Amino acid sequence: MSDSTRAWRFAVNVTPKPGILDPQGKAVERSLPHLGIAGVSGVRVGRRVEMTVEAADEAAARAVVDRLAGELLSNPLMELFAVEPLGEAGATGEAGEGGEGVPSRAGVRG
Amino acid sequence: MTVRVGVVLFPGSNRDIDAVNALRVAGAEPEILWHEDADLAGVAGILLPGGFAYGDYLRAGVIARFSPVMRAVADFAERGGPVLGICNGFQVLAEARLVPGALLRNRGLRFVCREVTLVAEHMDTPFTREIGERRPLRMPVAHGEGCYYADEATLDELERDGGVLWRYANADGSVAGPDDPGNPNGSLRGIAGVRNAAGNVAGLMPHPETAVEAILGSDDGLGIIRSLVVSSAEWASTGSISGTRPVAAVATAGGAA
Repeated sequence: MSDSTRAWRFAVNVTPKPGILDPQGKAVERSLPHLGIAGVSGVRVGRRVEMTVEAADEAAARAVVDRLAGELLSNPLMELFAVEPLGEAGATGEAGEGGEGVPSRAGVRG
Repeated sequence: MTVRVGVVLFPGSNRDIDAVNALRVAGAEPEILWHEDADLAGVAGILLPGGFAYGDYLRAGVIARFSPVMRAVADFAERGGPVLGICNGFQVLAEARLVPGALLRNRGLRFVCREVTLVAEHMDTPFTREIGERRPLRMPVAHGEGCYYADEATLDELERDGGVLWRYANADGSVAGPDDPGNPNGSLRGIAGVRNAAGNVAGLMPHPETAVEAILGSDDGLGIIRSLVVSSAEWASTGSISGTRPVAAVATAGGAA
């Protein structure tokens, strides 16, 4: 606790692989005319997962995220993932509980 | 002696009692295996039942894949033991890469709960040997993510290798392609169930375990459950199952799974 544990925030964006039928994306596309919107295509619905990772340095934290993104958060047969670094978490104080103390980004709740 | 077959119980499994009943009807002694337990209690076969293991969070089957019991199941499979995954159990096996392919959200986006017709492709495998003559099999499906997917090369290899065990069929008996009425979820090439390259692990989306007695509306699923039981007994007494290949031989040949 007294040692200088640092932590970083990451987002992992998971999307269906090109060529994989994405019925959710198609459903979104088909709803657009009801909004009077035209000219939108190629809608693909994925998932965004955010997390705080404690590690000695950012590269070590990133390695953890790469591993869990490939093994757990995405299935390489049907999905691609991209890791998005969001910067150091709780830079001024102790590592916070989960993600609550981190500057907020738009939630993905329905 | 009655052969003991394990039914894995995950938090969220809900077809475990059906699986237990089906195994009893098929003449086996079912043994419930708890997901946090890496000990398979010396069973001779494994049935992964349907349900929503770990709430199906993230992707159906993926969290279950990392449970202690699944490490033991993977080890059991590697030693050549028979493993059958039904519905959510199939999803768990696919996520664990114990069978090839993946199960995507149903093409129609809806949870589909209805009776389907299946046809077994090969009648001499550890999971079809007791079906008898080739005929349409009626049993229910109940799932939201059952659309079988693998890339074209894997599908071709599966078909060449005899890895497709069951397909959905239309009313006229033809294979139900992704957009056909007999195909409940858009599965490629009508695939309802597959096996691994070694031949001792299989999964299917429909529910043979709820179609094992006439009072349930159909007993067409009994042959599949009985096949698992017979294969388990064979494995227990001889250490191998006819119709399978040594896992090591498959691994060096670079199997599809």
